[in-house]
Amino acid sequence: MSVVTAERPATIRDGIRAGLPFGAAAVLLGLSFGVVARPVMGPEAAIVMSAFVFAGAAQFGSTAVLAAGGGAAAAIIAGILLNARFLAMGVAYAPSLFGGPLRRALEGQAVVDASWALANRGGGRFDRNLLLGATLAQYPAWQLGTVLGVLFGNAIGDPRDLGLNAIFPAFFLALLVDEARTPRARAVALGGAAIALALVPVAPAGLPIIAACLAAVVGAWWRT
Amino acid sequence: MAHVSAAWITIGALAVATAVIKAAGPVALGGRPLPPRVTAVVVLLAPAILAALVVTETFASGRSLAIDERAAGLIAAAAAIWLRASLPVVVIVAAAAAAGARAIA
Repeated sequence: MSVVTAERPATIRDGIRAGLPFGAAAVLLGLSFGVVARPVMGPEAAIVMSAFVFAGAAQFGSTAVLAAGGGAAAAIIAGILLNARFLAMGVAYAPSLFGGPLRRALEGQAVVDASWALANRGGGRFDRNLLLGATLAQYPAWQLGTVLGVLFGNAIGDPRDLGLNAIFPAFFLALLVDEARTPRARAVALGGAAIALALVPVAPAGLPIIAACLAAVVGAWWRT
Repeated sequence: MAHVSAAWITIGALAVATAVIKAAGPVALGGRPLPPRVTAVVVLLAPAILAALVVTETFASGRSLAIDERAAGLIAAAAAIWLRASLPVVVIVAAAAAAGARAIA
């Protein structure tokens, strides 16, 4: 997804432009969240959650726990586990950030999967403006989608009938194909997928994704 | 809507926890290059995490694995990506395929 060439540094506007396709996908994802969440937590809570948590996998995961009758503690743990990958992403992104701790903490909030992948320049470098801009394109889209899902959820009925539950995997697959450009990266992807699948039956949601990071550790040390 | 107060507690806690998780790396490590051995891992985090998200979002059904309409959506998405479709087209194709598979099943 090399939208910007190396001749001039990317601007936040470049990031917004590069983030627009993700924004379009985020509307659909947010819509499916609004549809799923409204009967579980009510319209206001669904909209507030999208505004203040702004993390699709964690929002779906914790809502599923609540819908299944799990308590707040179980829902919170599920959400934290599903968001724990942002810890690894933040460590990766940190060297590309400058300024004081407060400013770095605030800029770190812009890390979401698609922006992080888009801003990844390889070699451990990230383009800060691309990341910020891409998130600026996705945040309002996620809110708009959630509101639409809450408003029209009754008309939509079961989101699975519209295939909305297939949007997330497709979204992540598109990001993955862009990242898995070297044989080593492809091997790590296969390893991460295998680890995650093996752990789904035995670990709470989210943990399989964190454990998949082991594939990156092994892949980094593997001599070719 | 039996879970309304549990939902608000969840939202508040997750909003704070997510902000802390996202801030931790940048606050602790900002502006300084990572050791080369760590960087070597970091560059491979994206394929590992994204692949794990793809398979869990497709095949996980709670604590069990299932092949359902999402798998049909993923195959259609793969085909659309291979044909160099744009991301909005990829997700719409996936949704259409999954909806179709569900209608047939």
